[in-house]
Amino acid sequence: MILMDNFNNLEYSSALESSSEAQAWLAEQNAHFGHFINGSWLHNEKADTMPVTNPANAEQLATIELADASMVDSAVVAAQQALPAWQAMGGMGRAKVLYALARSLQKHTRLFAVLETLDNGKPIRESRDADVPLAVRHFYHHAGWAKLQAEEFADYQSVGVVGQIIPWNFPLLMLAWKIAPALAMGNTLVIKPAEQTPLTAMLFAHLCVQAGVPAGVVNIINGAGQAGALLAAHEGVNKVAFTGSTPVGKAIRQATAGQGKKLSLELGGKSAFIVFEDADLDAAVEGIVDAIWFNQGEVCCAGSRLLVQASVEQRLIAKLKERMKTLSYGNPLDKSVDIGALVSQEQYQRVDSMVTSGLEAGGELYQTCEANISANYYPPSLITDVETSHPLVQEEIFGPVLVAISFRTQSEAVSLANNSRFGLASSIWSENINRALDVAPKIKSGVVWINTHNQFDAACGFGGVKESGFGREGGREGLYEYLKPAGLKAQKPLAKIKERSVGSFLDNIDHTLKFYIGGKQVRPDSGHSQPVYSAKGEVVDWVGAGNRKDIRNAVSAAVKASAWSGSAGHTRAQILYFMAENLSLRESEWVTKLQTMTGHSAKQAKAEFAASIERLFTYAAWADKYDGNVHNVPYRGVTMALPEAKGVLAIVTPEQSPLVSSVSVIAAALAMGNRIVLVANERFANLILDLVQVLETSDMPAGVVNIVTGSRQDLAIQLAGHAEVDGMWCWADAETNKQVEYTSAENLKTTWCHDDNDRDWLCDKQGEGKEFLRQATEVKNIWTPYGD
Amino acid sequence: MTQQVSGAKVVPLHDKQTLARNPGLEFDADCFANLQVNRSATERRAMSYGSRRSIKREQQAAWLLKAITLIDLTTLSGDDTAARVRRLCAKAKNPLSQNLRQQLGLNDIPISTAAVCVYHDMIQPANQSLAGTGIHLAAVSTGFPAGLSPLPLRLKEIDYAVADGADEIDIVISRRHVLEGNWRALYDEVKAMREACGEAHIKTILATGELGTLTNIAKASMVCMMAGADFIKTSTGKESTNATLPVSLTMVRAIREYLAMTDYKVGFKPAGGVADTKTALLYMTMMKEELGLRWLQPDLFRFGASSLLGDIERQLDHFVSGYYSAAYRHSMG
Repeated sequence: MILMDNFNNLEYSSALESSSEAQAWLAEQNAHFGHFINGSWLHNEKADTMPVTNPANAEQLATIELADASMVDSAVVAAQQALPAWQAMGGMGRAKVLYALARSLQKHTRLFAVLETLDNGKPIRESRDADVPLAVRHFYHHAGWAKLQAEEFADYQSVGVVGQIIPWNFPLLMLAWKIAPALAMGNTLVIKPAEQTPLTAMLFAHLCVQAGVPAGVVNIINGAGQAGALLAAHEGVNKVAFTGSTPVGKAIRQATAGQGKKLSLELGGKSAFIVFEDADLDAAVEGIVDAIWFNQGEVCCAGSRLLVQASVEQRLIAKLKERMKTLSYGNPLDKSVDIGALVSQEQYQRVDSMVTSGLEAGGELYQTCEANISANYYPPSLITDVETSHPLVQEEIFGPVLVAISFRTQSEAVSLANNSRFGLASSIWSENINRALDVAPKIKSGVVWINTHNQFDAACGFGGVKESGFGREGGREGLYEYLKPAGLKAQKPLAKIKERSVGSFLDNIDHTLKFYIGGKQVRPDSGHSQPVYSAKGEVVDWVGAGNRKDIRNAVSAAVKASAWSGSAGHTRAQILYFMAENLSLRESEWVTKLQTMTGHSAKQAKAEFAASIERLFTYAAWADKYDGNVHNVPYRGVTMALPEAKGVLAIVTPEQSPLVSSVSVIAAALAMGNRIVLVANERFANLILDLVQVLETSDMPAGVVNIVTGSRQDLAIQLAGHAEVDGMWCWADAETNKQVEYTSAENLKTTWCHDDNDRDWLCDKQGEGKEFLRQATEVKNIWTPYGD
Repeated sequence: MTQQVSGAKVVPLHDKQTLARNPGLEFDADCFANLQVNRSATERRAMSYGSRRSIKREQQAAWLLKAITLIDLTTLSGDDTAARVRRLCAKAKNPLSQNLRQQLGLNDIPISTAAVCVYHDMIQPANQSLAGTGIHLAAVSTGFPAGLSPLPLRLKEIDYAVADGADEIDIVISRRHVLEGNWRALYDEVKAMREACGEAHIKTILATGELGTLTNIAKASMVCMMAGADFIKTSTGKESTNATLPVSLTMVRAIREYLAMTDYKVGFKPAGGVADTKTALLYMTMMKEELGLRWLQPDLFRFGASSLLGDIERQLDHFVSGYYSAAYRHSMG
């Protein structure tokens, strides 16, 4: 008797969500999609097409056309044409549109959730409870930012046309993360969903019409990697936002080098899940379930590296193995399913072959159930007995596979966590707040969760450091990705110097300018020097011709000076004030030098000198005042957005107004706790090296400022490629900037490149301010749920 | 309702599985001193059962029938009378109307609640009503609900209850021992009570709403099990906050920990606050997920409830008829 069988076995129900509405919607569209451009659907009958399949049963859901160059072009042109009217709508106008999008999404949550699950294979529970509500929240939140833009971002303007490329793991949510902030800040856009999972984007296009998004403001093109590459490299695109794999991110960095585009990359990860012996182990086990078995582990910030303190390793692993037995899998439309299908057969094979070949290097695999290849179901997997060098510990698997290694001490945990090319997220499990708050800042990742994992919210920035990319999505910090400073006035390039023959320029004792590395004045490795000319073309100094070894030494000195980044803002302020004091003592000497070097009048030189002293005061002031935020995230807890120093910052100094510009960038970088390697521009290299005397008398710790001169382009490229350099600011010619951006793809350091003559450094609005501080820092978001 | 076994002892269907009784352990503070419960993470997990698991249609009907057999049908009011208790016992014996039983196709399959739970003075009328049914008779004891009468009196109260025929004793712990960190005193007290219970099973009520933190609840759970508790129970029903899922999850995890340590299975009883089928199914899901099917048998899991049964009846009625029922169509307990 069925009832009594159930009575004895107490099985759960297979509660299948109906897909009939979603299927009906697809049928209405003839299960075929072109491109949503300028408010209508464009088709090209000759275009290549691609099937879109349900990964859980291999059934074809629809076909898409693949955009070619001319289709991409049409989309970008539509966005360009829609831009002026969209910007003219103002914050209130855009807020209304974003609000309407949020409301419209909310009216169709079930349809979106089912379509997402059909297309992606994720459990309906997740698309219903995570993807769709978070997407809705993103539009609401950013409707608010649109309204507040004029007041809160008065010094900024929208970037223009944005090209966005999103992945297949959270198709609708990633679309929301991209579109909402771009629209809020007054940009128009072209977005390309992943070719595996375009369907919710297609439904969203229909919603745009319903919600009154003006034609051309949102354009959605279908296509694979090639269309993405065309979009990213398109000259009409002012900013590229990409979420996806690290190799593609690097390729986009290279392809857009020198194009003057803003770029944000949200890439791969191998996030550490760190369990200390004082953690609530049962809580940690559930955290692991959320961390690595959410969305089949197809999450860029999946907690895929379990680091567990040796004293609790056995207990935790035993509890985890028990817990794995109750994870359920099956038809993703079944509401009782924990784990659904991987997105494609290709992804299944990738995960499977990585695990299989990885295990050849050792390790013990624990699984509690069988794989089901035809349904792309890969079982939850735990791999133990591996070392840090093991490929499965190093590489991103992007599947439901967890590797576990143990550590002995807190400092070893930090080292292991940071022993990765990636730096997206991490979680710390400990009931000791002293420990958790001590460890959080030491982990190199954009997000740190304390006693939780995989939490997201529109009010909080998300994004990584190192090869996990750069830029943030969500929160105030995410909006800057869609803004650029307003009011920069390009300056006339400096007149070319007519170099004269070398004459005697000394009225006094010989003036020897050396590099400044690790707190010492050192000679160039090459043994060569190059001349520096006055405005009149006379040789006034000889400076060292630096090479890659000098750069290596300078970077390594900066790396060692890490205490500076941990010092108090107050301490850094003291030193910047002291620099101002010591520089001001040398006013007459500097005014003369500036006149000689720039050909400016005494009045101009005095003004520049005075401005330089003021800049030092400005950044000394900021050193202990550039606070973070506490984000208003809907949970019981505190989410702190902390601006942290980038670390080692390489700076190629501007030519314009050489003293005030150099002092500005040095002071801004130092105030935020960076250690810097400065490449002095060739023309005023002597001036920059003369600053060494000021640095040396101002208690600047060794290695915090390092200065090298020589061929600007060569040295800049060396720095751009150096993996220990975390960020780079460059004022240079177009070719140098292009090379720097291209080479930075090596370790995906952040770059902030400018034309030599991009601004008036004497103008406070252009030459100083929060934009510099923002560029000198990375925002780390620390989530701290509380309650006892 | 029940199967007659050799004319004398009545064994309800659900008690077929035998269970080795938890003998307790020597007091050992090391077993719980380092316990730390993270509230946010516990709540997050506790919130997830409903969305992670579905129990619908015929499964739901089966789970609800099972739920009935897990109920300690309770009346703990100052105005309880012998007549009131007899009515409750009648309901415990026949929780479902004949009509509903037929529609569910239960035929002669016995379905009754696990126990009836009353104050001491109601033991005798309950005992008479339940004689021969196999339904357990639980009495609250030891100065219930506050537990602040002299210890010798509280122990004596257990003696009386056992002598009067209660085979399950729901005792209350001294909350002050928890709040003052006096774990040894708590252990000694519960151990003495366990001894007083003799063959009767002891359910230790933690009164979790008065213990302050989940960590205290976890520690108190461990101490009670160490002292020989057969069941740990959340609440008297008289605290301002009674059973909640996060509290229950904390206790259930302690049971799991104790099992790993000793191999003894201890039961769990949420009480107060489980008034509808939806909540009951969440608790049952939690038991199945955290401890497995074995903990969905009445010897290891009980609901302390008075109004839950009525809601289950209405839900079962809906299952067979397709329409929602009204309370007046089901007999009062």
